[in-house]
Amino acid sequence: MTEPISTGSEWTFELIEQYHEEIRKIAEEYGLDTYPNQIEVISAEQMMDAYSSVGMPVGYHHWSFGKQFLNTSKRYRRGQMGLAYEIVINSNPCIAYLMEENTMMMQALVIAHASYGHNSFFKGNYLFRTWTDASAIIDYLVFARNYVSECEERYGVEAVEEILDSCHAIMNYGVDRYKRPSPISAAEERRRQKEREEYLQRQLNDLWRTIPKPLDGKGETHRGRHRYPEEPQENLLYFIEKNAPLLEIWQREIVRIVRKIAQYFYPQRQTQVMNEGWASFWHYTILNRMHEKGLVTDGFMLEFLQSHTAVIYQPPFDSPWYSGLNPYTLGFSIYSDLRRICENPTEEDRHWFPDFAGSDWLKTLDFAMRNFKDESFILQFLSPKVIRDLKLFAICDDEQDPTYEITAIHDDNGYRYIREQLARQYNLSQREPNIQVWEADVRGDRSLTLRHVPTNRVPLGEDTDEVLRHVHRLWGFDVHLESVDDDTVVAEYHCPPQTVPEEEFSED
Amino acid sequence: MGMTHIIDRRLNGKNKSAVNRERFLRRYRQHIKKAVAEAVQKRSITDIEHGEKVSIPTRDIQEPVFHNGRGGRREIVHPGNREFVTGDTLPKPPSGGGGGGGGQASNQGEGMDDFVFQITQEEFLDFLFDDLELPNLARKRLKDTEAFKYVRAGYSTQGVPAKLDVLRSMRGAHARRLSLGGARKRHIREMEQQLKELQETPDIADPAFSKKDQIQALQDEIKRLKTQVKRIPWIDEIDLRYRQHVKQPQPATSAVMFCLMDVSGSMSQMHKDIAKRFFILLYLFLKKNYQRIDVVFIRHHTSAKEVDEEEFFYSRETGGTIVSSALKLMNQIIDERYSPAEWNIYAAQASDGDNWNDDSPVCSKLLSEEILPKTQYYAYVEITPQDHQMLWYEYEKVQERYPNSFAIQQIADAGEIYPVFRQLFERKAA
Repeated sequence: MTEPISTGSEWTFELIEQYHEEIRKIAEEYGLDTYPNQIEVISAEQMMDAYSSVGMPVGYHHWSFGKQFLNTSKRYRRGQMGLAYEIVINSNPCIAYLMEENTMMMQALVIAHASYGHNSFFKGNYLFRTWTDASAIIDYLVFARNYVSECEERYGVEAVEEILDSCHAIMNYGVDRYKRPSPISAAEERRRQKEREEYLQRQLNDLWRTIPKPLDGKGETHRGRHRYPEEPQENLLYFIEKNAPLLEIWQREIVRIVRKIAQYFYPQRQTQVMNEGWASFWHYTILNRMHEKGLVTDGFMLEFLQSHTAVIYQPPFDSPWYSGLNPYTLGFSIYSDLRRICENPTEEDRHWFPDFAGSDWLKTLDFAMRNFKDESFILQFLSPKVIRDLKLFAICDDEQDPTYEITAIHDDNGYRYIREQLARQYNLSQREPNIQVWEADVRGDRSLTLRHVPTNRVPLGEDTDEVLRHVHRLWGFDVHLESVDDDTVVAEYHCPPQTVPEEEFSED
Repeated sequence: MGMTHIIDRRLNGKNKSAVNRERFLRRYRQHIKKAVAEAVQKRSITDIEHGEKVSIPTRDIQEPVFHNGRGGRREIVHPGNREFVTGDTLPKPPSGGGGGGGGQASNQGEGMDDFVFQITQEEFLDFLFDDLELPNLARKRLKDTEAFKYVRAGYSTQGVPAKLDVLRSMRGAHARRLSLGGARKRHIREMEQQLKELQETPDIADPAFSKKDQIQALQDEIKRLKTQVKRIPWIDEIDLRYRQHVKQPQPATSAVMFCLMDVSGSMSQMHKDIAKRFFILLYLFLKKNYQRIDVVFIRHHTSAKEVDEEEFFYSRETGGTIVSSALKLMNQIIDERYSPAEWNIYAAQASDGDNWNDDSPVCSKLLSEEILPKTQYYAYVEITPQDHQMLWYEYEKVQERYPNSFAIQQIADAGEIYPVFRQLFERKAA
């Protein structure tokens, strides 16, 4: 039996190195493939800085990050928030932060969780591989920040802030969901920036060559001519960047920057359960392995289990602490159960998962991590046992019914239903309204029409008019938004509002 | 897997968010200013040692995004089922019902409706005095400094006897005596030695070789030198050292603020409240610019009286109004206690504009000839929604004479205090 690496709760740089080395060896044993790690020891204040910029190590300046910061520091001072667990983004090298106030156990936990868990997920998962470029992001963020501050110097902080506000409002619609985007590259951006300026202006001039003919324009486009764009466009920011008639070149560049960053975070939003589950599964597995090897003490393990349990705690739906399913819990449960299904399959498992019950668990987990996003992951791997353990049930709230209805519970009839239902819940297009560019009236009044296709008759929320004002600011001409359900327009939004006489959008 | 770097970043800057925080404060300065203005009204006049909690309706700082609204049909999976079975129906809450079961409880002190954060005392005051500058302050500080202090600036060879530094002078004299007499004295010692030697050896008989002449010569020389040494004065004029002082301008860091208020029958509690807030603002404002501030409260009806803060604001009296009584008292107090050479004198007078008509010209004269030449700034606020009376017109004339140090404004209700205050103390262009 080996000696434990340390017995106290104090950490030192030497100890971090020793723990890291052991964690690295174990990760290698399990075949985790990661980007090189960079582990940074920081103070609580620095951690708050990191939190408020969504983990981006560099970022352009914006008041919303300041708001985030005030909020974070307030919560931290009140002790409502243990800062700290992990902030890590997909970059190469993968940067993880250790907070100086933490105990040695905590540091080890974060190293296992972030530097090996998340890191291997970033490197392996197809969404991250397809949508983001880990080696270029830091560079790109630096480019973005410099560009934005240059604009601030030239055009004033407020002018830049206005554009950023508007872009942020539709940031979630700055992503190509189906097309593989071109990778981010700061060098390329800088090189092409000039080129783009010239080209873009030419293209725009072509598009808007015709002088608007307000009288006959509108009717004509709707019937006879081709609609522009011919196909609805899901990427609003892209469409605006390329087609908005009045934006200045620098404003288009800012739209582009926000769009690129949105795209970078897009995989994050789609793999919450998988990613957090994966990292939690590995910190749990790795630290247990350390204990087996005698590298850590029983006291260390007790402290660890306490933290771990807190992280994966799932309050029941009727608890005052309940705020939806905890992605850590759900993900951790699914991966842990996958391992069990591989190692000790039951009759039920063989029936449900004939492909991999009894197989090599490392291979199966690796496959599950690489090739799915939350939606498909749940659809594939959520087992009846996990549904039972979490006592999941589905409840239906239909506006047209006077009551809620329980549509499924954790029983034989309900497993499949609950699984499908939960998978759908993690489908981004289910969580966010489906809104696309329908038409830009290039021959007529230059108005932009967006189309919302409701799912299950769910209408748009109360921010809609507000967001539309931001779209209007970017587009420069009238903006319309129609909710179209089954070819019927069920709701309309306009900016400027149509009933009220023309009013300039001004912010107070 | 590649190299792992462990880096200590703790000494790197921690204020990465400072710019973003500042941006946030700038964007919501209207909200913050409002909160600050409200806080001022609740605070006592001298209570400015802490920051303030600012709360902004969450609605106002939300960043809007497209999201699903209520309605339609939605199905949600929740954990922790206890007794439900498939097909159960549950009554909806009466208010039209939100998303099933997703009710989020707040475990915070405040409601979820407000975004609450803390600004520092420094920020608090900055917001309060945004853009304001103390009138004439810069001038007073940079050019018109009238107070001086003498500071030691070494020694000089000239001066009045009262400043003679005896020790320094004696030390100089001693040194002079040493340097002037030292060589001669040494010479005398040497010659005396020679003389002694000559006298001790027996004389040579041959007169041609006799030592007598030699001895005589030495004795003469010694005598001559001794007389010379005796002539070195014990103390000479050039030894004298006088302490040197230079006049150094001393910026006045003290201010006195006179609060003058009419408490005659025509002033209601509402009037006084408005006046109080105005005085508080002035106090806070001065506090930011001076290390030490005295506040003098003078209340008057037909006669004036110096009182404490409590009495000033809260006790009631009735009677007519003679404003000049307060001005006279103020002038008297300045002369007795607050020399304009040492104090920056500010005054704020609040009144409903009522005065005994014959008295108004007296006031105007007192101000122009006595008070204003001594004060940095004198602000008169008339708290009345009605037409002006005699006093206002008299004061307007004064203002023409002293456009930089005398200001008059009218306040009709509490909401106007701050704007008027700002106007009075607005940053003066160049």
